[in-house]
Amino acid sequence: MSKTTRYSGDEMWKNNVEKIQNSELFTLTYGSVVSQLCRDFNNNYQEVNQQLDRMGYNIGMRLIEEFLAKTGAQRCQTFKETAEMISKVGFKIFLNIQPTVTNWTQDGKTFSLVLNENPLADFVELPMGPDNRICRDLWYSQVLCGVLRGALQMVQLDVDVWFVKDVLRGDDQTELRLRLNKFLKDEVPAGED
Amino acid sequence: MSNDNIIYPSVHSFSNLSLSDSSRTGFGYNPYKGPSSNAITPETSNILINKKTVSLTPTSFDSIYDRNILKKVPEISLSSFSFLFCEIVNWTRNNSKGIQDLEQRLNTLGYQIGQRFLELVKTRERIKYSKREIKILEILQFIHGAFWKSIFGKTANELEKSQDIENEYMIIDDIPLVSKFISVPKDYGNLSCSAFTAGIIEGALDSACFPATVTAHSVPKEGLPLRTVFLIKFDESLYTRENLRFN
Repeated sequence: MSKTTRYSGDEMWKNNVEKIQNSELFTLTYGSVVSQLCRDFNNNYQEVNQQLDRMGYNIGMRLIEEFLAKTGAQRCQTFKETAEMISKVGFKIFLNIQPTVTNWTQDGKTFSLVLNENPLADFVELPMGPDNRICRDLWYSQVLCGVLRGALQMVQLDVDVWFVKDVLRGDDQTELRLRLNKFLKDEVPAGED
Repeated sequence: MSNDNIIYPSVHSFSNLSLSDSSRTGFGYNPYKGPSSNAITPETSNILINKKTVSLTPTSFDSIYDRNILKKVPEISLSSFSFLFCEIVNWTRNNSKGIQDLEQRLNTLGYQIGQRFLELVKTRERIKYSKREIKILEILQFIHGAFWKSIFGKTANELEKSQDIENEYMIIDDIPLVSKFISVPKDYGNLSCSAFTAGIIEGALDSACFPATVTAHSVPKEGLPLRTVFLIKFDESLYTRENLRFN
């Protein structure tokens, strides 16, 4: 087995993570933010998506540090290993879920994460308008894409992340897609030279 | 004045019915006729069949309303919440014009949560106690106790009443969850990110028909640098109501 098994997300969740007993505060807080953004941007959902993505990116950049500190994970050798690490350990210790990794492309650079449950979207229903624009345009959990992008960039992986399906829109499952663009070179961060 | 102008619901109209009356829609019970007034004739069944209807059949039994709210709520990592909240503060700060505006925005975000949480906590609780708070003191004890516990996992520390001002109360939390990892820079003066929590309380109180203004103030104490006082100022009209009801 690959060495991802050494870092058991379950065990870490049990012993090593400070928890709040109630995920509802988290869920409602996120919901409050999304609805505020919809009002701020005057229901321009594309902009809402972008803003959520930006916020996620900022979170991801900082979140990876805690991830590395808690898990002590070593560099993944392959992108496949990275995928396992994200779903089995990353999602587990931060959101207490384990999405399924599937739909690899032939070149091994793109895969899907299928979220069976989504703590961000508990108790959520998109309001039905006459034109159903919100169901077409808004990716409610877009913040996750930003988080993944930000976190992976900090470990020198340039990725694109986007949603292809969301149960909130009436799809059969919630599916995220990740594509590896390139490995970034180790560089001195801007502003530190 | 004759009695005819007074409308007694249903009873009066019943007394005006006679044997020969039949309803305009073809339906309706006429007590003079008895059960036969509701009998289905070819005419009425025709009306029934050709009525325009709105479908109320649930299309799926998996909607959010069908979920069991008494199920055990899953836990979530404190860091995830803190990261999210931190980013919220950051985003609000970029949009706001000053400290007061920033606090106001955080308050608004919390307000929506308070409205929803009150309903949730009450629905869950009602099955146990089937009672509703109607006195100021009772609602405060509820917020300080059960409500706080279901949101933050612990009850708040103290509940106090102002000695000088009649309508001011204080709920004190020694270690507020939301600002656990937030340190306020010096040039932000007395900004308290617990304005968010204050918003939650305000939303809950308003929805419970106890209109109030809630503000958060950071009041550190020896060994408790994050200690926060939530100042609750009730609307004057509440006291009129309280006097009418209980005196």
